[in-house]
Amino acid sequence: MIEIYLLVIAMLAAAIVAIEIKDLLASAVSMGIVGFSVAIMFILVQAPDLAIVQIVVEILTVVFFAATILRTTHTDTTIQKGIQREGIFPVIAFFIFGTLVTVLAIYALKDLPRFGMPIMKVAEHYIVHGLNQTGATNIVAAIILDYRGYDTFGEAVVLFTSVLGVLTILRVKGRK
Amino acid sequence: MIPFIGCILLIVIGLYGIITKRNLIKIAIGFCMVEYGVNLLFAFIGFKKDALAPIITSPNSPLNFVDPIPQALVLTAIVIGLGTTAVMLSLIIRIYQKYKTLDINEIRKLKG
Repeated sequence: MIEIYLLVIAMLAAAIVAIEIKDLLASAVSMGIVGFSVAIMFILVQAPDLAIVQIVVEILTVVFFAATILRTTHTDTTIQKGIQREGIFPVIAFFIFGTLVTVLAIYALKDLPRFGMPIMKVAEHYIVHGLNQTGATNIVAAIILDYRGYDTFGEAVVLFTSVLGVLTILRVKGRK
Repeated sequence: MIPFIGCILLIVIGLYGIITKRNLIKIAIGFCMVEYGVNLLFAFIGFKKDALAPIITSPNSPLNFVDPIPQALVLTAIVIGLGTTAVMLSLIIRIYQKYKTLDINEIRKLKG
């Protein structure tokens, strides 16, 4: 358990650094630290499939951010010392939304099962009958590719649409 | 309970970046933080103490596994998050090529 606590603390520290630092490349690298601590925590909570996908996606995300920063600017010029007049409204908005999210999350956490003791009513069926019904030894693969196959199909459609969107936005010259 | 609170704090930090920062790349990083927080919260909810990863290794082994359903849902969410991030970053590149700045206040002032 102690590893998870330490990783959560490291992740939160890296997240604050990523939001606040002035150099944008350092910011992207700190975001990579957050993503890789998430991947390590996935391994610690016994989710190897998630860890593999998270590592691949995290590498791609950092590469995308680095490519964007290299094509634009390296420094965040909007950071200034002291509080400006136009900077007050977002801070007030953050305090309102932040307290709202925190209070609602605390209410929601009361109803959740405690850490380490999930309610497994639906999962019980998949675990007991999954091997016979689908023939897959990995239950997560059985769920995403068989029981919820349409979900995965929709995911592939979303990914394809996003690739089309990126190609359309970044196309250098349009057709006449 | 403490791991759940860590996830909520990560979501709130991401919200802070989205609302108060004026640089477009910082806003995109805030979106990524919120996404990581939600994914991690799902994975923590499915965790069971002293259980194994949901992979059947032999026919007679005991079925003491963590909850596989949140893992299946998060697997989809991670990949979709990559797609949204890529579209967001390509829009940022286009905006920079047009306005030569990433400050959202400047972009709002420059019309046309």
